[in-house]
Amino acid sequence: MTTHANAPARIGEPLSRVDGRLKVTGHARYAAEHPVADLLYGWVVSSGIARGRITAIHEDAARAVAGVVEIITHKNRPDLAGSDSAYQEQVSPPGKPFRALYDDEVQFSLQPIALVVAQDLETARYAASLIKVEYEAAEHNTDFRAAQAERFMPSKKRNNYLGFKNRGDVDAGMAQATHRIAETYHMGVHVHNPMEMHATTAVWENKDSLTLYDKTQGSQNTQTYISNIFGLKSDNVRVLNPFVGGAFGSGLRPQYQVFLAALAATMLERSVRVVLTRPQMFSHVHRPEALQAVSLGTDASGQLTAIRNEATTSTSRFENYMENVVNWGLMAYACPNAAGDYTISPMDTYTPGDMRAPGAATGMTLFEIAMDEMAYEAGLDPLEFRLRNYSEKDAMNDTPFTSKALREAYAEGAASFGWDKRSMEPRSMRDNHELVGWGMATGMWDAMFQKTAARAKLSANGNLVIETASSDIGTGTYTILAQIASDTLGIPVDQISVKIGDSSLPMSPIEGGSWTAASAGAAIEATCQSLGKKLLDAAEKVRNSPLEGAKFDDVVFDNGRIVSKADPSKNVSYGEAMAAAEQGSLEAEETVSAGISGMISQMRKSRNTHSAVFAEVKVDEELGVARVTRVVCSVAAGRIINPKTARSQILGGVVMGIGMGLHEETFVDHRIGRIMNHDLAEYHVPANADIHDIEVIFVDEPDPEVTPMGVKGVGEIGIVGTAAAVANAIFHATGKRFRDLPITIDKILE
Amino acid sequence: MNRFSYHRAGDIAEAAQMGAEPDTRFLAGGTNLVDLMKANVERPTRLVDISRLSQNTIEDLPEGGLRLGAFATNADTAYDERVEQRYPLLSSAILAGASPQLRNAATNGGNLNQRTRCYYFYDTETPCNKREPGSGCSAIGGVNRIHAILGTSEACIATHPSDMCVALAALEAEVRVQGPAGERVIAFADYHRLPGDEPWKDNTLQPGEIVTAIDLPADSFTENYTYLKLRDRLSYAFALVSVAVGLKMEGGKIAKARLALGGVAHKPWRVPAAEALLEGQEPSADLFAQAADAMLQGAVGQGTNDFKIELARRAIRRALRQAAAGTPQSQTNKQVA
Repeated sequence: MTTHANAPARIGEPLSRVDGRLKVTGHARYAAEHPVADLLYGWVVSSGIARGRITAIHEDAARAVAGVVEIITHKNRPDLAGSDSAYQEQVSPPGKPFRALYDDEVQFSLQPIALVVAQDLETARYAASLIKVEYEAAEHNTDFRAAQAERFMPSKKRNNYLGFKNRGDVDAGMAQATHRIAETYHMGVHVHNPMEMHATTAVWENKDSLTLYDKTQGSQNTQTYISNIFGLKSDNVRVLNPFVGGAFGSGLRPQYQVFLAALAATMLERSVRVVLTRPQMFSHVHRPEALQAVSLGTDASGQLTAIRNEATTSTSRFENYMENVVNWGLMAYACPNAAGDYTISPMDTYTPGDMRAPGAATGMTLFEIAMDEMAYEAGLDPLEFRLRNYSEKDAMNDTPFTSKALREAYAEGAASFGWDKRSMEPRSMRDNHELVGWGMATGMWDAMFQKTAARAKLSANGNLVIETASSDIGTGTYTILAQIASDTLGIPVDQISVKIGDSSLPMSPIEGGSWTAASAGAAIEATCQSLGKKLLDAAEKVRNSPLEGAKFDDVVFDNGRIVSKADPSKNVSYGEAMAAAEQGSLEAEETVSAGISGMISQMRKSRNTHSAVFAEVKVDEELGVARVTRVVCSVAAGRIINPKTARSQILGGVVMGIGMGLHEETFVDHRIGRIMNHDLAEYHVPANADIHDIEVIFVDEPDPEVTPMGVKGVGEIGIVGTAAAVANAIFHATGKRFRDLPITIDKILE
Repeated sequence: MNRFSYHRAGDIAEAAQMGAEPDTRFLAGGTNLVDLMKANVERPTRLVDISRLSQNTIEDLPEGGLRLGAFATNADTAYDERVEQRYPLLSSAILAGASPQLRNAATNGGNLNQRTRCYYFYDTETPCNKREPGSGCSAIGGVNRIHAILGTSEACIATHPSDMCVALAALEAEVRVQGPAGERVIAFADYHRLPGDEPWKDNTLQPGEIVTAIDLPADSFTENYTYLKLRDRLSYAFALVSVAVGLKMEGGKIAKARLALGGVAHKPWRVPAAEALLEGQEPSADLFAQAADAMLQGAVGQGTNDFKIELARRAIRRALRQAAAGTPQSQTNKQVA
């Protein structure tokens, strides 16, 4: 299906990115690229120790460098808000949020301890290299296994921590099992590493107001954060993020560069830009390290009789970051007895944070390796084992799903992959001297919805502007919003201007959780429908209007005309309607929330996306080299607004999942508490050579209940389970079970 | 990054003179030096740009060899027809390294002179004898997955990261250098050095000396060769272990053998005894295992890189099999042959 720019786009069409041209021609500006007059440049000095106190900062040599304007440290910073609450924002976990340059305390390696501000970047960087810092180091721990001694369950939970519910009697279920497994799985710290470094251009407008071009997934969250800390009126802090060069969750919380840029700008009454270096990208948010212990039992028929799913993840010493790790294993399969446990283990690092499918990418993935082990222990094909334990309802909450087309996802994925040609026995498939393995896993994520507002304005010339403060972190938000507006109002995409990424626009949540397509999409649809009603009202004012008495449901909006469904010859153009109503333009603004359209009744239902991931690996066993040669990711995610951008989301998730399975790993020198492979040469994400065929399938899953548009979101489901499919495939190939990700050459070699 | 002055040298003699001054570095492709300057690891006060000097061609030598200009790019060298046909081992090794973008910028001389990729060398907050003589070696007892297992010292366990140099070692190339005192030729085996107690010295160049060319001998390996590189992802990663093999087969026997390892030492690693052991013998699994053991005589793990000893052993055997069978490793098909 081709979309012509001069015809309205339809929901469900593979519309190409409306911002694609801007991006490939360099016209899309990112946080550090907005031109600002008289700009100063800040360079962050990072701590050399992981814990302790700063006893001296020798900055004379740096101050002597021509072009240095100021060196800001805890000693000369201006007064700032003193309470923890001023530093807490929508995403903060409970605790004491990190405050850069607040006092002499060092809480993690590479903590920002000074900001050198100079006339140009090179001067700031050079002067920063001349600063010498003395510390009084304190004992630290960055070893997660050692941190187990301190693991605990905080009394105050993070807002979006859902917890888990136990059912039945797990000990009894285990006793009655004929097959059992009990294993522990480990996954280390991952660092988001979006292509664009965290950066902020702070434009000093006057004493009372700031404009911030920030790398963030939520302009309004950053707006609140900065205005609280600096005591500015919220309306006087405008945050813009029109383009974001990837984030994966690293831009959910304001990172320290936005604070530092705002601090320098307000202190110096100048505009200041701060860009982090790649090594500094390893100094803040990251996916927590995890240990997960899974025990499973099945009866002779392959039915699960018991599930025990226990996990602990890392946090910092100053905030209690929690994830939903063990609920997935308790929700996914029918089993009468199931219990979980979850704790967090503090270490001397920055606070971990949400990274693509937080909790599920860890907890579902590791659980799905255990499921594979259980299938083999029970002598069942891994897919057959999952089908035998298929749960029509959410097994943990005992609630129905608004929809769950996972059975169809299994079937279509398996058929496309050719799963029926698989031989069960490990080491039984070969391609010359390589062992071939086929593995699969189930994926699960939430289908969430957040209150969102939008505004639309139609001009007499037929151009439509739609606005919401949402962000496009590379996912295709611009495109699908244009597409929804185009379909709803029958206006070609090239006459639609999408304005997002600006805190001054109608309220929108941070872009995360895969909720943006459903939430911002619904807000745009509702707003455009509201505008359509105004158009119809206007059309009735046309002399001898052919649409006189027509109701909203009696008409369609097609290519600039309001057309009677019953008799298409009866129609009025938007221009005629607006002229008749003596309106130069028409505007509408709407807010959608879970409270409308009967959404409340749906609280009693579970809302989730599901996937079935199939992977093929080829392993050169003698040399420990594993290659993922094929992946099929079959997804049940409700209505797909744009199969092209949605497919790209799944592709990206699968690639990241392959990296989780084979590559991504931080190497920490625990003696100094520092990640040593802090660049993209040594922190390995998959290269093109590591990625082969990836097929994405969206199964049909109509779900009018889940969200107003029936959309579930696809930003995260692609990563969930993929690494398990890879690990399970490596087991099938080699007969060796790997319970510690990533599965690197040295492990296969052993 | 510190402040520095920039000069474009008019010719080699002028460059050599400028290069003899303290705190001066030569700039060619800049793919490593500029990164190191940004990381504050290299702090030259003067850069002498030699990238536009005329030694950027590849020329036949009268005796049948090939002269690779020091300022020819890695990409131009790897894809030169004469290199592809007469020195496929070298072409393969170059293409196993870096990325197309980097190979387009990086020069042959620069490839020889690139610095180690030791994590600690790059992080100025940590002690490193190579960066700050006498400060200590953090990699010993630290994170050393990518570090050396052969020829290490108590002062340094860094590796030389080049792929190209491993092939040049196996080919027994010669490095032509020009300095304030004139020209000289350095056998490839003598060009790089082991860390010993002066790990800040990567090679045997004297102050002001510039690599002007790399001479390849007429004698090469066009049938029985391979470059096998094993790494943590299938492209754009430095070798955990790499093996360059060149064999001459006569009447089913190995008449001549060259073997060099990358990623395991401060320089491309050769063991003449291992090569001698192969020569005059028929290829066999046993023979290759013996050669591998001889290559790894004295290998010592440092903790997180212990696995490299066994990985190297297996890689050597496989590479010898590939070379003997005349089925060299492809650098585009990532299946190990």
